[in-house]
Amino acid sequence: MKQYETKEFKDTRSGFGAALHELGKINDNVIALCADLTGSLKMDAFAKDFPERFVQTGIAEANMMSVAAGLSITGKIPFAGTFANFATGRVYDQIRQSIAYSNKNVKICASHAGITLGEDGATHQILEDIGLMKMLPNMILINPCDYNQTYMATMAIAEYEGPVYLRFGRPKVPNFTNIDEKFEIGKAIVLKEGSDLSIFATGHLVWEAIEATKVLEEKGISVELINIHTIKPLDAQTILKSVAKTNAVVTAEEHMMNGGLGDSIAQLLVLEKPAPMEYVAINDTFGESGKPADLMKKYGLSAENIIAAAERVIKRKK
Amino acid sequence: MLDVSILEQKAKEIRIDVIKSLKEAGSGHLGASLGLADIFTVLYFYELHHKAGVSDWHARDRLILSIGHAAPVLYVSLAHSGYFHPDELKTLRKLGSRLQGHPALCYKLPGVETTSGSLGHGLSIAVGMAISMIIDKTSHKVYCILGDGELQEGSVWEAAMSAAHYKLDNLVAIVDRNEVQIDGNTSEVMDIENLEEKWLGFGWDVLECNGNDIADIIKSFNIAREKTKPVVIIAHTKMGKGVPEIEGNYKWHGKVPNSKQAEKFIDAIINT
Ligand SMILES: [Mg+2]
Repeated sequence: MKQYETKEFKDTRSGFGAALHELGKINDNVIALCADLTGSLKMDAFAKDFPERFVQTGIAEANMMSVAAGLSITGKIPFAGTFANFATGRVYDQIRQSIAYSNKNVKICASHAGITLGEDGATHQILEDIGLMKMLPNMILINPCDYNQTYMATMAIAEYEGPVYLRFGRPKVPNFTNIDEKFEIGKAIVLKEGSDLSIFATGHLVWEAIEATKVLEEKGISVELINIHTIKPLDAQTILKSVAKTNAVVTAEEHMMNGGLGDSIAQLLVLEKPAPMEYVAINDTFGESGKPADLMKKYGLSAENIIAAAERVIKRKK
Repeated sequence: MLDVSILEQKAKEIRIDVIKSLKEAGSGHLGASLGLADIFTVLYFYELHHKAGVSDWHARDRLILSIGHAAPVLYVSLAHSGYFHPDELKTLRKLGSRLQGHPALCYKLPGVETTSGSLGHGLSIAVGMAISMIIDKTSHKVYCILGDGELQEGSVWEAAMSAAHYKLDNLVAIVDRNEVQIDGNTSEVMDIENLEEKWLGFGWDVLECNGNDIADIIKSFNIAREKTKPVVIIAHTKMGKGVPEIEGNYKWHGKVPNSKQAEKFIDAIINT
């Protein structure tokens, strides 16, 4: 197996910001839009160096999404950035009609997703955004796990023609993937092969799953660990191949149990290959203020929760 | 010299085809399409720089119909301009048609510039297009048709604010001021006055015209074209214009005529 180690801690949003700045240099059609959160989204470098291609919309997200649609109709590649909360529920109708149904080349760049937004509390901690976005036909949904992968994902979606929801976060987390690792939309990454259990993790939970895997392996459980950075379209082939081998599944995500990655995988398995499965996700509750790491623990999203889920599912296997 | 009577005749033909296609469809919105027929005639046969044979001509002006329920008048105007064969109008609202109940980009009907139906999106989309044209340093324009009831959607005013902020001198909004909406008169449902002051307050230039008077509409566009900031034309129209027995009656917002009524309505249009 490849060894994944924490060399540094970096926020995924900075990976987005760095890639967006790079895209500004190499692609004249890339336009960035932001609704009064330029610093938080790390879009300031783009705004400074490409002011003629930066559209500040003020605190008016509905307008931002439809302006982005208008830009895309005229051939631009708009990257519209705000907090995940305001990039989804607040503007669902704009996204549905003018971006998804119209199948326009708009990149919805959603930062501060999930409970690790932290101290600002539940008003800003959206845990439903994956469900909202994956229900929309034509929408691609990507949730990278660290700085490097967010950088690569941002570069990749600029090359893809069509609507994309790119989900990333606020806190500094381990940056462990290789920056040279190819990012292919819709292609899951097998981090480690194993035979007793498949763990499918996305976003910030991939690192927790790596930590959990180390402990499980010490306990003699052979884990196959897969990073699902693209939640839609789901890499059914890789998932089914793994479950055919392990016949036990744990999914891990920083999202509501309803409508998240776990549900997508459960649906696939019900149709193709039913197997015992456990969710690591938030169970029908809003978050609260606190430090990201403390919230992950309190709301059941830490490595310990993945280990416990793994042990439960192994027992159910027979 | 422009012959207004030719355009007036064209507006009649458009109204007649709107009635025919809605009768054929058996459902839809007659009122707004009749009320907007004169404005669409001026747009497609006078004002817009466009080429029906080359619907993706990069230098064309763009028309955004924000009130998607007025789709019939858009489709009929496009067919009369040569974007597609008028026979296709008979497919309006039918299974497999490119003429969806509300305009939809994904059906790739030539001349349709955006998807609309859910209200309050169009002006923002027009702003995005106008910004794009400024980035590309092109000189064509974006026209956006809004309903007066639609102005109750807050997102319209987000868009209005941004158009003034970005000094979009290539953007012309047209408000279909027929003073009615589904539930009744706008003044009773949710008053939108003082409309002129609202737009002025948002940093726009404001023109007013009789939206059912071809010569007056032309005059407004001639002035609007020269403006150096976003301009809105408040076009006073009558819902159902051209058919005296339904003119101004909000109950014809979402209704269509049966065969007998259609015949009668068409006669009324021919004989005025
Ligand atoms: Mg009205």
